[in-house]
Amino acid sequence: MAINAPTNRLWWKEPIHSIELGWIIIAFLWGLFMFFFMIAWHFIGDQNLSTETYRITTDQFQEKVEAFADEYAVKDANGEAVEINGTPLVAPPVGGDVYILGRLWEWWPAIELKKGQSYRFHISSVDWQHGFSLQPVNINLSVHPGLEHVLTLTPTKAGEYGIVCNEFCGIGHHTMSGVIRVVE
Amino acid sequence: MGKTDNDAQDNSDEPLAPADTPAMQRILDNPFLLLFIGVTMPTVLYLLWGVMEVASIPVAY
Amino acid sequence: MTAIEIGHIGTSGAQYQYRTCKFTGRRVERSAELLIRANAVAAVVFLAVGGLFGLLVALTRWPAVQLLPADWFYLVLTGHGANVLLFWIIFFEIALLYFASAVILGSRIATPKFAWLGFLLMIVGAVMANYAVLKGDSTVMFTSYPPMLAEHWFYLSLILFAVGALIGVIVFFATLVVAKAENTYNGSVPLVTFGAITAAIIAVFTLASGAIILVPTWLWSLGLISGIDTLMYKIVWWGMGHSSQQINVAAHISIWYAIAAMTVGAKPLSEKVSRFAFLMYILFLQLASAHHLLAEPGLSSAWKIVNTSYMMYLAVMASMIHGLTVPGAVEAAQRRNGYTRGWFEWLTKAPWGNPAFSGMFMSLVMFGFIGGITGVILGTEQLNVLMHNTIYVPGHFHGTVVAGTTLAFMAMTYIVVPLIFQRDIILPGLAKWQPYIFGLGAGGISLFMMGAGTLGVPRRHWDIAMTDAANAYEFSPAAYLMMGLNGISAIFAATGGLLFVLLIVGSVLFGRRLDVPGAKLNFPLHDDSKVVSQYGSEATFKLPGTVTLVTIFFLTFILYYFVNWKYLSEIWQFN
Ligand code: HEM
Ligand SMILES: [Cu+2]
Ligand SMILES: [Cu+2]
Repeated sequence: MAINAPTNRLWWKEPIHSIELGWIIIAFLWGLFMFFFMIAWHFIGDQNLSTETYRITTDQFQEKVEAFADEYAVKDANGEAVEINGTPLVAPPVGGDVYILGRLWEWWPAIELKKGQSYRFHISSVDWQHGFSLQPVNINLSVHPGLEHVLTLTPTKAGEYGIVCNEFCGIGHHTMSGVIRVVE
Repeated sequence: MGKTDNDAQDNSDEPLAPADTPAMQRILDNPFLLLFIGVTMPTVLYLLWGVMEVASIPVAY
Repeated sequence: MTAIEIGHIGTSGAQYQYRTCKFTGRRVERSAELLIRANAVAAVVFLAVGGLFGLLVALTRWPAVQLLPADWFYLVLTGHGANVLLFWIIFFEIALLYFASAVILGSRIATPKFAWLGFLLMIVGAVMANYAVLKGDSTVMFTSYPPMLAEHWFYLSLILFAVGALIGVIVFFATLVVAKAENTYNGSVPLVTFGAITAAIIAVFTLASGAIILVPTWLWSLGLISGIDTLMYKIVWWGMGHSSQQINVAAHISIWYAIAAMTVGAKPLSEKVSRFAFLMYILFLQLASAHHLLAEPGLSSAWKIVNTSYMMYLAVMASMIHGLTVPGAVEAAQRRNGYTRGWFEWLTKAPWGNPAFSGMFMSLVMFGFIGGITGVILGTEQLNVLMHNTIYVPGHFHGTVVAGTTLAFMAMTYIVVPLIFQRDIILPGLAKWQPYIFGLGAGGISLFMMGAGTLGVPRRHWDIAMTDAANAYEFSPAAYLMMGLNGISAIFAATGGLLFVLLIVGSVLFGRRLDVPGAKLNFPLHDDSKVVSQYGSEATFKLPGTVTLVTIFFLTFILYYFVNWKYLSEIWQFN
């Protein structure tokens, strides 16, 4: 009984039953497979989270984002900056850098990308931690103040995408939102 | 009754002589040894290694 | 009464008060018994509080109901996490450690005064934490990620609680020393005690990590330290936060073995294999704290892969071993009990009317199928990005810690009350149904939260309609449906939880006394629990039922694993 001391005091010398042994081998091999598959995906897969990260002050990062938003702001026919529900829309050049910041309670600015093109995203927060949750794609990242996370994103479908916040960031957490627009 | 390696069955009440017990069983019967390795493993592989990674994040400028 | 001299090892006898349990034949020492009672009662009280909070949370997340206003929702959610995950679980685990050391080894408990000090600190910590949270200025979730700041009482309360728990763990180890010195057992400790040792070892790392991170955070909240590195905090905090879940795993697996032994007379198929599996836990299980850090910046893939895979999934292998050996031991015992027809008579004729058994077996199945498989998926470096911080994550861990751990702990309580409180379970006709109601609800909330998470619904989120957001994202109607079904399941879970609390409190207060001659149990234990079981020749056992079960499990696992990779391969590319 499991609540009594082993009846055979030299239990380590008992042979292992074949059912148990077989299952142990299966479990071990399956574990090895899953382990190596994670490594293999770094070579064969197109979805691997970049680990490129820099320390940066929140002020420095905000300056970068603002400079980026000024430079590539989308203008309408009258030269007025285009906004989506009050958030300026920014269209970075293909293959270029994209800066996006999380703050209480918005993702700023709104971004316009071209389908099938790659962009270098720089994501950080200027106050608390936030959760960058791109929907309905379902890419979910943690965002820290003071850490600039750099990753390459390649949108594969056109459309209007939302960014939700999925790290609790205070009473307005559920109002935190952002937009990424992907055009053909 | 001298014990050899083939002596798989032992139900007696006498205290086990350490020499009779397989090494692996002696390890598993020693909670403080297990405690030591059980704390060391995650401390080294998870905590220390992880903290070193954070400490070595480069500065942007 | 209980004259106890601290540190008086070796003078067993008159000084300590023992009784012999008439149902199990074990020696039970008085102060061990009182400590188990106190910790178990505290556990149930905090489960009641935390479970109520859980219901309020779930009803708020039901979009059609949205019970609480936003500020209360986040406050109550903070309280839910702390009360159930920390207080209910850890109080119960301390009771379990005392049970697995003193009662199972027939020993006295070491240094009972010190153990009471630990209990007191835990109570003070838990009450203070509830006070801090309910006061309203510590709505930071129980993870309290900086730079969000709670009131300093909040951190201090958790530190006190952790110190108290650490004292309990130390008393457990000291009791092992006492039992050995006083020769209360012969040879190796029983498997259940070995499982408890595993849990206690993990607890030491857990509580140490907690201290390392909470003490500086507390100093920061007092203004004595200028800041806390957010990523460093997360690493060390999850050394506590996730490892504490691994205490649960080791603890509830020990309970599976214990209940299987006490209800159907099961004996481990092989001591060697089961203990080896626990050893894998001791070595590798705690590395899985990295599961929470797979979507973080700044940590290398090497660190993530080594840790998140528990070193090549050796701890997953261990769980799969227990997943075979527990039902296998039940099957072997039931076949010896005479239920030998077909593949599954052992299962269909199992004591399903005994809440200890039914709770145990449902815990086993749901922990494996819901909690276990999804845990491995979530813990895969790349797949994690699909689900990180969505409500899939709470879905997963309600499969582990509610349908798995909590249900197992409830099942064990149906044994602890008669044996340790010496009161019989009241209303057996109702008690019989309790695990099913709770199990159904717990399984439901797990699955529906996971369903909603797959559709991108964020965790810890008051309003997925995002009514006040500038650029509201519109979640699919299916997501709303899932959150509604989650709310309905929550009502079941809460009903089952409430029933449990009432039955246990009622039994402890009004249950028929069992310390009288001739008393019988409403839910009898297996006869063999009185004697050292010698059954059968393990060399020839056949376990067709168990083999079928684990085969189904394995195929489900593989299928679900690859479905997720397929899904991942179709989304935007990122690297
Ligand atoms: C009546 C039973 C329960 C119900 C209805 C319930 C429901 C929920 C719901 C709906 C959430 C919120 C998910 C979110 O918005 O992010 C949640 C969170 C949580 N639950 Fe439960 N739960 C129950 C019991 C338990 C138990 C017994 C435990 C632990 C043993 C537990 C541990 C947690 C934890 C740790 C969280 C996360 C809190 C956070 O995100 O800070 N729950 N629960
Ligand atoms: Cu946010
Ligand atoms: Cu947020």
